[in-house]
Amino acid sequence: MMNESVNFIMVGRKKRLRRFILVTSFLAVIAFALCCAMLMLGNTIYPVSDVIGVLLGQEVKGASFAVGIIRFPRMVAGVFAGFAFGVAGTVFQTMLRNPLANPNVIGITAGSSAAAVFCIIVLQASNTIISIASVVGGLATVLIIFLLSKGTSFSIGRLILIGIGIQAMLNAVISYLLLIGQQHDIPTAMRWLSGSLNGAKMESLYPLIITVLIFAPVIFALGKRLDLLELGEQAATSLGIHTDKTRLALIISSVLIIALATATTGPIAFVAFLSGPIAKRLVGVGFSSLIPAGLIGIILVLASDLIGQFAFVARYPVGVITGILGAPYLIYLLIRMNRKGDL
Amino acid sequence: MKPTHSFQAKEITAGYDNNSILHDVSISIPSNKISIIIGANGCGKSTLLKTMARLIKPTSGQVTLGDNPINKIPSKQFARVVGLLPQSPIVPEGITVADLVGRGRFPHQSFLKGWTKKDYEAVAEAMEIMKITEFADRNIDELSGGQRQRVWIAMALAQQTDILFLDEPTTYLDITYQIEILDLLTDLNRKYGTTIVMVLHDINLSARYADHIFALHKGKLVAEGEPSKVITSKLIHDIFGLHCTVVTDPVSGSPSVIPIGRYHNKLRMYS
Repeated sequence: MMNESVNFIMVGRKKRLRRFILVTSFLAVIAFALCCAMLMLGNTIYPVSDVIGVLLGQEVKGASFAVGIIRFPRMVAGVFAGFAFGVAGTVFQTMLRNPLANPNVIGITAGSSAAAVFCIIVLQASNTIISIASVVGGLATVLIIFLLSKGTSFSIGRLILIGIGIQAMLNAVISYLLLIGQQHDIPTAMRWLSGSLNGAKMESLYPLIITVLIFAPVIFALGKRLDLLELGEQAATSLGIHTDKTRLALIISSVLIIALATATTGPIAFVAFLSGPIAKRLVGVGFSSLIPAGLIGIILVLASDLIGQFAFVARYPVGVITGILGAPYLIYLLIRMNRKGDL
Repeated sequence: MKPTHSFQAKEITAGYDNNSILHDVSISIPSNKISIIIGANGCGKSTLLKTMARLIKPTSGQVTLGDNPINKIPSKQFARVVGLLPQSPIVPEGITVADLVGRGRFPHQSFLKGWTKKDYEAVAEAMEIMKITEFADRNIDELSGGQRQRVWIAMALAQQTDILFLDEPTTYLDITYQIEILDLLTDLNRKYGTTIVMVLHDINLSARYADHIFALHKGKLVAEGEPSKVITSKLIHDIFGLHCTVVTDPVSGSPSVIPIGRYHNKLRMYS
């Protein structure tokens, strides 16, 4: 009897694991295919052989510049930013048990943007300072939202509403800064309003790449604990988790990667918001959905960028396309949560 | 049989945000027995449970397990000995029963590793005890309230602790399910020797299922011991402010409280 039920449970669990691995691998293949498309497609379409040649450091006429200098950094920026948005968004959504509770909606990306725009327009600061300011801005926003929502008893609904309010205030600050800014600073500042992969340069990508390579593994290592936090404070504590320390480590790591991603590509709308729910829908909830969510983030960014570049007569930055994808989902989610009385 | 533990609270004062609910309570949990904490709403039942399961830090006093204060024991190690089923745990949307029960294995699992044979066995055993094996692959959203509660208890069982705390495990359940849950917990205690400490609202069920009762009133321990010695009409009046008469439950022989209100009082007691 006992062995029978062990087997029964094992079969079910292994089946779900197989599905998880299958879907994740499939997502990785799609992401890889999109990376290739990013390198091959453009004003001139280069064959795979040329692209590989360039990547191996060979000199290919024409392709070396277009692929090596323009398209490759664009692709790398999309991959790392998309991954960062996807992973960090899922961390917040899982930790706060609400798909609305993510950096795009509760103003963390807006905090990064506002700090950066302030540095550009008022302080005329250097790129390094702008990046640091955007990280600090993101962390400060999280801190303010958490402090304000603490009150007598902590409620996630209140946190989200306060976050949405802060987001609106920060957007007002950004608009004001753009109004008083000098003409020649405006284009630089505009990058912070809508995400774009245009003009990505390899040398400016390293801070993002390094931060993601260090902190994404930290987040993955905490993945199991993150899933337990979802059961509530008490259940998580009684399973042996230091909830405060775990949450702090997750928040800092997530805000760091998301702020650096925002500093590099601007806030690519809704990627952090969409990736987690899509990943959970695809792989189920039995296994940590952080890696699939990161892959979905890459897919969303690269696919949207390709659509923005080639699907229309005019070229649109990636953030416009993800915005079009994300807004209806946000409305759908609000209607559904309103019906269920979650908000 | 589960090993014996000395698990004690010594003069603990605890509460939320400087607002003390428990005052100077000292108790010793009888090992391998079922203990039930009773008392009126707000008397500190849950607070006592949570302080002993270290969800709340006492403002003074100390809880010790064996020779060690519990805050000195590494959290995963503590979680292998003491488990707690909270009053309202949160169900992650879309999770299957087996995966949820499996989350109880966390304190036994090592870094980044998947489920071992031991994990599968513990999950299967917990699900057998709670009679939910057939639901293993079902989504927990599809289950009834009573079935769900069995899943949560199974999760706590998969943790394989020697001591199990339950905060009102029968609240919101129909009487049939209340009895079912309490019977299953008694199975667990009798078969494995698991020490069970729970908060229950129903005094008569407490009197029937408890080996040991802790009665709290306004944050203080006012009585403890075997139900037949502790449950008296005077104690019930003291802690609930309710006039009652205590009779013997014809089924179990345990004391049973019959409340006396202002109406329907044929004995004219207290009228």
